Amino acid sequence: MPEMVSITIAGILTLGIMSFVYKDNPIYKFCESVFIGVSAGYWFVSIFYQSLLPQLTDKIGLTGELTDSALAYYRQTGSLASGQWFNLIAAGLGVMMLMRLLPKIGWISRWPLAFVIGSIAGLRLIGELQTNIMKQIKESILPLWAPQYADGSLNLAASLGQSLTNVVLVVGILTGVIYFFFSKEHKGVFGGAAKVGIWFLMVTFGAAFGLTVMSRMSLLIGRIDFLLRDWLHWLG
Amino acid sequence: MRKPLLLGALVFLFLFISTPAQTPPAPVSDLEAIDAPDDAGNQVDLNWKPSPDETRAANPVIGYQILTAPAVDSPFVPIGTASFGATSATAKDGLKNGRPYYFKIRAYALDSSFAESEVAGPVVPQGSWWNTKPAYIRIFIWMALVVAFILYNIFLAGKKELYIRPIGGINAIDEGIGRATEMGRPILYICGLGDAAQAATMAAFSVLGRVAQKTAQYQTKLIVPCYDPIVFSICQDVVKGAYLNAGRPEAYNEKDVFFVAQDQFPYVAAVNGIMLREKPATNFYLGQFYAESLMLAETGFEAGSIQIAGTDQLIQMSFFIVACDFTLIGEELFAASAYLSKEPEQVGSIKGQDWGKVIFAGLSVLGVVSVLLENKIHFFGFFKKLMINE
Repeated sequence: MPEMVSITIAGILTLGIMSFVYKDNPIYKFCESVFIGVSAGYWFVSIFYQSLLPQLTDKIGLTGELTDSALAYYRQTGSLASGQWFNLIAAGLGVMMLMRLLPKIGWISRWPLAFVIGSIAGLRLIGELQTNIMKQIKESILPLWAPQYADGSLNLAASLGQSLTNVVLVVGILTGVIYFFFSKEHKGVFGGAAKVGIWFLMVTFGAAFGLTVMSRMSLLIGRIDFLLRDWLHWLG
Repeated sequence: MRKPLLLGALVFLFLFISTPAQTPPAPVSDLEAIDAPDDAGNQVDLNWKPSPDETRAANPVIGYQILTAPAVDSPFVPIGTASFGATSATAKDGLKNGRPYYFKIRAYALDSSFAESEVAGPVVPQGSWWNTKPAYIRIFIWMALVVAFILYNIFLAGKKELYIRPIGGINAIDEGIGRATEMGRPILYICGLGDAAQAATMAAFSVLGRVAQKTAQYQTKLIVPCYDPIVFSICQDVVKGAYLNAGRPEAYNEKDVFFVAQDQFPYVAAVNGIMLREKPATNFYLGQFYAESLMLAETGFEAGSIQIAGTDQLIQMSFFIVACDFTLIGEELFAASAYLSKEPEQVGSIKGQDWGKVIFAGLSVLGVVSVLLENKIHFFGFFKKLMINE
């Protein structure tokens, strides 16, 4: 019975949100408010119990509960891992953020913002270089003629296919880079190469668009399936 | 009476002979523990020769447990496992730099009997200053080069104006603000769902400053609904600062820059509602977007707004291109931010990255040539190895 009630509420809310397709209406406004309110409440409780409390109290030992790794360290040394105390610094930064609420000392909140943005940007720099530059260069080091062999003899059709793939990849990467070169105007041969680059990008976007539309259709089908099967029991 | 006894003794003897003894397994041998190289510390690499009883038919070894202790005579506690067939593992749970650790490997047999190896250690884990793996050396060289290019170009941009080519869509930003002013309708500015440290979000802040300054001058309402609390705080500061720079601090209404929800679809539901109720003349979608991009852009289209988008998310760009009037593709968003602000740091950064792209293209071409000539010219073989080795 409670499950049926929750499914009915979910079904009504789904229809309420979908009513937006017709036009903005009071039912949509109600569902929108419920959605935002539930989300805010859920995330507050989730962050409080799954992030704030474990990071602040459990790891420092205020509740007597320890994570597995801290417990292993505690068993060996009889003391808590000292790194855990760094969480107090994070807590301090969090308190500094709340200074925004006091207009006279609101400027203090800029320090934790600067710390968070600077440290995360720095940490991400390595990952970005690794995945978006070094890996790209590595993946573009391809033979323009890639012979394919079957049973010891050259398979011409497969060789041409693979070679064409490699040529398209290398040309696509180079012309794409040229398109995103901002120090020179797109004119003459350079402009022609940039135009080829934007064509490659557009074909990629087209493929991505088609793929994602298909996945969105499956989401819609999932929602309709929920309404007709789980809620209304019209499907077997 | 004697016959049953004799029979029982015979059955017992038969069972004793026919059932192989469940002997404990042989331990692993040659256990070696060394501080893990090229790491931030708190890790020890363990290598061993596996138990010879991994392959025996009866009661084979099925896995290993890693034990550690701060002294040889202290109780050893389990801190990890290694699967059957493994000859190495990295111990990290609970280890701390600068303290000695001893290790043992316990080989477990099918019947839960076990044998422990000799003790290895002490090992004192330490962090390494340098990651000497080729892949990381390449990253370091690349980073040093690009940073040098950027710093040099920031220096140049401070002395003279550097050229950045016109980017389609930038003029549309001013047109969009003008349109909203003429129509007497607000502008909606969305910084995406990324956090404040994302490059796309930072570029969105920069463009927001420009837009806010114009809206302050033209007395046009600017609505900025935010997804991330930190992004929200920064947006408030950016808009407030822009109104101050425009000489109209009294026109800033802090309720126009607000936090909505840090949950994707509730955020979309709220922003869609705002679009239909406020009917903004111009919508800006600049930053990092995910599945919500098309929902927002379609609703904006329904509301009759001019839409300008920019993101570095490949999939979402395709939706923006389809549904928006102007789209800044990938790095165009960052360039637009530099183009509009004219700040030496941003312009120099774009120029420095352009130099990096020249090197990138050069290395790619050299790489393709090296594949063709690696067996003929020694340099190309060396170059290919240099670029590919991990």
